[in-house]
Amino acid sequence: MSVYPWIAWFALRRQAAYLAMALAEGLTNAFFGLLRAFILIALWRERPALGGWDAADAVTFSFVTQALLGAVQVFGGLDLTARIRSGDVAVDLYRPVSLQGWWLADDLGRATGTLLLRSGPPLLCGALVFGLRVPGPGRIALFAASFVLAVLVSFGLRYLVALSVFWLHDDRGIQPIALVLTLFFSGMTVPLVVFPDPLRAVAGTLPWSALVQVPGEVFLGRGNAAGALAFQAAWAAALLLAGAAVTGAARRRLVVQGG
Amino acid sequence: MGDALRAYGTLAWAWLRAAAQYPVSMVLLGLASAAVAGLDAAGIGLLFSRVHRLGGFGAAQVLFLYATSQLAFVLSDALLGNADLLARHVREGTFDAMLLRPVSPLVQVATEEYSPRRFAKLVLPAVLLAIVLPRLDTSWTAGRVAMVPVMVASGTAIFCGLWVLVASVQFVLLESHGAGKALTFGGSFLTQYPMSVFARDFVRGVTFAVPLAFVNWQPALYVLDRPDPLGLPAATRLASPAVAVAVCGLAALAWRAGLRRYRSTGS
Repeated sequence: MSVYPWIAWFALRRQAAYLAMALAEGLTNAFFGLLRAFILIALWRERPALGGWDAADAVTFSFVTQALLGAVQVFGGLDLTARIRSGDVAVDLYRPVSLQGWWLADDLGRATGTLLLRSGPPLLCGALVFGLRVPGPGRIALFAASFVLAVLVSFGLRYLVALSVFWLHDDRGIQPIALVLTLFFSGMTVPLVVFPDPLRAVAGTLPWSALVQVPGEVFLGRGNAAGALAFQAAWAAALLLAGAAVTGAARRRLVVQGG
Repeated sequence: MGDALRAYGTLAWAWLRAAAQYPVSMVLLGLASAAVAGLDAAGIGLLFSRVHRLGGFGAAQVLFLYATSQLAFVLSDALLGNADLLARHVREGTFDAMLLRPVSPLVQVATEEYSPRRFAKLVLPAVLLAIVLPRLDTSWTAGRVAMVPVMVASGTAIFCGLWVLVASVQFVLLESHGAGKALTFGGSFLTQYPMSVFARDFVRGVTFAVPLAFVNWQPALYVLDRPDPLGLPAATRLASPAVAVAVCGLAALAWRAGLRRYRSTGS
């Protein structure tokens, strides 16, 4: 058996080791879902059918995105960053596996574990307080595919940010820039359907929308699901290819200090 | 108390000088923090690009709530924010070293990595407050004018108390760290919006159980001269300073109790 499934499996197990901590995070996600749902209900009360959605769509979106948030790691970060700063990445490069493949497998395991552990509280809270739009089995399958693609796009973006440390030596400058772009253009701050028109069209073509807005829409059954999945897959492929190219350049760039 | 304040000043100054060794990083980080903090304001702006009122409140009034909430939250974060990192110190065992030093561990945690960027986040809410105050459409009396600084000060004290309370719980329940964020960051988010958008029972909860309504909502009702959706007596609007004192007192007791319960993680 190849090593990658093992990396993913151990990353998943690592999440499970902090069960209570994940549940606590899930409670905070539920609370934020509640707040966002109330605010969006007030918005849709003023403007019913805003952006083609109704209030029930907006409420479901609030809780589903809170359930996804940890898994697609909207707040950014990859453990690889610290290893590049400290030079430990030399050990990673020494292994007879691809650097990108290793971290991608690790991230897929982490995302699966996080989704399983942290999506319960927000979904339960939404279902009990407001009632959520529950999709049929077909749409659940589409959503699962969309979720995997969202994690791939998220990894692609975070991997590029992490590799920039090979050149910048520090991620503290680029990290907040990535955070602002992600939170704003993913639909996390406000769903993209609320954006005024030219901005909404632009945001819809950027990779960040593939993290939160697109999986949310697939869950709601709004828009063309096949087109949405193709959009995510195209960005995932582009970002992973870019990551592979930059890995090659970084490998030639790295000088390990000390002896 | 005097010693603790002096130690706070000394440690904060030492960290500030450390940050100033990298001036470009310091400025960039300040700008970046301000941009992250501005996202919530951008969100409010986007909502009001589609509607004129939210929960019965106009854009200027909601931005008034945003500005007062964020001034209070950022000030409390600047004073004590790193209490959020206490869980990490307890988990990694570095808290033991703090106990050995002759300075209150709360002061040490609060001043750790003190950086001017903590204050960069103040710029946007301060500017927004200056812009919206003349547009509030309320008849300004001496009491209403005085209430604006009083609400920011009591809001800051309430958030400071919440930081310490959440940190104190971590001595006993280390893994509660993630849920504490609902109180602090969640409190910062929810006080940006008029409570009239939330369900009544929810508002009762954040009035009587966790007194977030006293950060800015109740005083804002006084400043804007608006009726209270819960129909609470008029005196409630002036109660923020008293609530702040109570929250801080409770936090001080909880911190002492937590510190006594602390057991090192060992190795």
